[in-house]
Amino acid sequence: MRDYALFIPEYIACGVALLVIALELFAPRVRKDLLAYLTALGAAAWFAAGLAFLDRDPASYQGLFLSDDFTAFFRLLAAGVVAVVALISAEHLKRQRGIDQGEFYGLLLVAGSATTIMAGATELLTAYLALEILSFSLYVLVGILKRDLRSNEASLKYILLGAFSSALFLYGLSLVYGAAGTTSYPGIAEAFAGRDAGLDPAVAVGMMLILAGVGFKVSAAPFHMWAPDAYEGAPLPITAFLSTLSKAAGFALILRLFSTAFVTDAESWRWAFLALAAITMTVGNLIAIQQRNLKRLVAYSSIGQVGYMLISIAALGYGDAQVGLNATSGLLVHLIGYIVTTLALFSALTAAVNRTGSEEIAGLRGLAETQPFLALVITASLFSFAGLPFFAGFTTKLFMLQGATTSETIWVVALAVLNSFISLYYYLMVIRQMYLFDPIGEAVRFRVQPVLWGLAAVLLLGILLIGMYPGPAFEFSEQAAKPLFETASAATARVQAP
Amino acid sequence: MTFDEGQGYVVLATILLPLAAALILIFTPGTQKMAVRYISAVTGAILAGLSIYIFVAYQVDGPQAQMNLNWAWVENVAFLGPGGISLRLAVDGISALLGLLTGVVAFAGALASWKIEYRNKDFYILYWILLAGVYGTFFAYDLFFFFFFYELAVMPLYLLIGVWGSTRKEYGAAKLTLMLVGGSVLIWIGIFATFHQAGIGTFDLPSLWAAGQDGTISAAAQKAIFPLMVVGCGVLAALWPLHTWSPDGHMSAPTAVSMVHAGVLMKLGAFGIIRLGIQLLPEGAEFWMPALMVLGTVGAVYGATAALTQRDFKLISGYSSVSHMGYVLMGLATMNTIGITGAVLQMFSHGVMTALVFLMIGALYDQAHTRDMKEFGGLARVMPLWVIFYAIAGLANVGLPGFSGFTAEFHIFVGTFRTYPVFGALAIFAAALAAAYMLRMFATVFFGPLNPHWKDLKDLTPIERLSGAMLIASIVIMGVWWAPFTDRVGHTVTLLPGVTG
Repeated sequence: MRDYALFIPEYIACGVALLVIALELFAPRVRKDLLAYLTALGAAAWFAAGLAFLDRDPASYQGLFLSDDFTAFFRLLAAGVVAVVALISAEHLKRQRGIDQGEFYGLLLVAGSATTIMAGATELLTAYLALEILSFSLYVLVGILKRDLRSNEASLKYILLGAFSSALFLYGLSLVYGAAGTTSYPGIAEAFAGRDAGLDPAVAVGMMLILAGVGFKVSAAPFHMWAPDAYEGAPLPITAFLSTLSKAAGFALILRLFSTAFVTDAESWRWAFLALAAITMTVGNLIAIQQRNLKRLVAYSSIGQVGYMLISIAALGYGDAQVGLNATSGLLVHLIGYIVTTLALFSALTAAVNRTGSEEIAGLRGLAETQPFLALVITASLFSFAGLPFFAGFTTKLFMLQGATTSETIWVVALAVLNSFISLYYYLMVIRQMYLFDPIGEAVRFRVQPVLWGLAAVLLLGILLIGMYPGPAFEFSEQAAKPLFETASAATARVQAP
Repeated sequence: MTFDEGQGYVVLATILLPLAAALILIFTPGTQKMAVRYISAVTGAILAGLSIYIFVAYQVDGPQAQMNLNWAWVENVAFLGPGGISLRLAVDGISALLGLLTGVVAFAGALASWKIEYRNKDFYILYWILLAGVYGTFFAYDLFFFFFFYELAVMPLYLLIGVWGSTRKEYGAAKLTLMLVGGSVLIWIGIFATFHQAGIGTFDLPSLWAAGQDGTISAAAQKAIFPLMVVGCGVLAALWPLHTWSPDGHMSAPTAVSMVHAGVLMKLGAFGIIRLGIQLLPEGAEFWMPALMVLGTVGAVYGATAALTQRDFKLISGYSSVSHMGYVLMGLATMNTIGITGAVLQMFSHGVMTALVFLMIGALYDQAHTRDMKEFGGLARVMPLWVIFYAIAGLANVGLPGFSGFTAEFHIFVGTFRTYPVFGALAIFAAALAAAYMLRMFATVFFGPLNPHWKDLKDLTPIERLSGAMLIASIVIMGVWWAPFTDRVGHTVTLLPGVTG
């Protein structure tokens, strides 16, 4: 039986997306921020529907899509991010001309739904299609400032490199399919585990191509070139969206693919992830030091964060199912912490940029005088990124790196810790602008739009809550990570039985 | 609830009270500068009271860890087994003494900041967050929370120095923050490695200590991890050659931050060496301690020599701190009871003494706006009380009998002579240098002709007198009646792994 009910939350999301687009089309005079609130409301409904899919037995749609706690985790994450980004956009887009807001909000929801499918896909082509839906939505969103040349340039660059990476990914898929004779994850695992000879070199090449393809999507160095330009050209809320959801989606795909389909050949890809992690974090953090633009700074700092997260993927390959579970739970809890922190940072930055109009780091000069609350939120987020206590980043990063520590990966874990030390330097440079310098011109307190103020306050509380009481988030992450390794260990058991 | 657990809540209060004060201050209007001061003074007074209670209530014939409080925080998930991370607080003889130090210095520092006008609310918020971190580190019996509070104590320094500091404050603040966080990065790596090697799924310190002693953490691993931990903590303890942030940081820092920083924070580093080095990795300690002895001795001699050449009061005290922390490290490196006891006593002694010195420097600088020694002379005529207070601090610094410095240094020297006679001789040489730089300063600043430019300088304010009197009381009590101090510290030190009689 085809179980169409598995996608009920996504029906809601896509339904609201169509509604938003149609609303603008048929009622062009409607107040644009209403569209934002409608989107947020839709995302909330999507989130609520997603809650109903937690704690259920895994159910598969035709072997293409698996609905389990892992999928549900990313569904909730996506719904949350879409809601927050829509609210951030409400005030920000008022200040930009020439944006089709219906499309903007509609595509946010579509991109979010694609994330869920990427997390749940258990078949290569389904994963690929979901990845493309996400990418196409993002191409449009990055270039949505039609009259801004930087936005156009960013979008073009993103499309060209994105298409290239999709091609690599697709070519990798075809090589894997050629060797395994199937595109379903469990089928691939079984085919590879049951073969008599060693790994076919073509498959190794295929895995590397797939790795490069998803490396582009999560902007791992050396495939990160598009990120700073795309981040800089996109409107601020989309920069937030790119640095949270599109990375989370990439990791969802990698996690499911490499922990189930390719798990038997871990020794042929684990070193590549380890190397990628080491390069990515070092490149991201070192280049971030030289940035003057806030968005570019965030871009490089998020590249650094991706580097830390990749260690967990490598750890999957270096240990047994228990290590894999530890590493994945750590990665997921860090994703939560990272996303909450990034969104807090962006809601405060958007409020500041709405006022000053400058996206340079120097534009934050004296913010502690003119708007101490925003300065506090920005400082808390940056300290959280750097991994200082009280804030989410301290605990989640510690959990992630501890989970990824094996005798082979500990060198890269040490490198990650050194890198987070480097990152503190450039975060301090931002904090310095806000606290140590007087504002340009008169030091007048300015008011923050209530939506952004409330959002920043709620997210700040989130950062503190995860930082000081991470138990629930960590347990939730472990619950989400479990299905990956139950099936994996079951598959291994099946292989070993005869 | 047992009595012991009830006392545990007193320990918890030392962490929560400063945080609560910070929270109250956040919601106090910034224009109410007097209210901010009163809130802080009351907080400081209560903290000092709690610390004295903990010190007095610690029983020298009782178990090691007293006043236990254990709240499960995260457990049974992923790599964490039962009791994975818990907010476990306890007091042993060493932390009882260091908690007392924190209470005295925190109260004195809160009073010393009375004069701050510029955004004093924000200053006190950060100040109390820092102190919560200090108390937490001293009383944590869980590796995760040890590190959590350790970092928490370092974090506010950047803004405290950067915003409220003086001479080259931006440079000093950035250098200090980056070097200290660089040190904690090494500790962090050490923690990952330790947890992985122990493989018992818990951050509980007593369990990890047991794992370190019974060989669950292999000797090879201990030897590899020990330098990470000790160099990481050593940065904060001004371990030569990683001490360079200390003089610059002190020179830039505002008075109260210098007091707390030199008085208490640097002790966190030495305390970390005991907790994460000697207790957690005894095999590593046995292997590496001679190296620490060399570095400690170099620091002691180098700091004293450098202090001899400086003209800025704060630089003199900054280098003198390097020298005294060198003694602490030497004491720890002896690995015998009397040496380590001396090291802990020296932490206390140097803490109160340095806090007093920085308080006096602040009292002068706020009026004179210069700290160049050569510009002063004959201050005894205009500021007699100031001179007396400073002289007491200076004499304690030199190690004159009757003051705390003598008690502490005497223990260290005896301990060092037992194991490393040559280094003991060098240490005494450094003490002689200390007498030289102190007496040189006394001669130039206190006596001689009075520069008429300074004839209008005011003596200590009543608040400064109160603040200073408390510190002097601590110095004198430890100098003349040290039994309560040595008993408590010795009770714990004799049971440290690998320590000889």
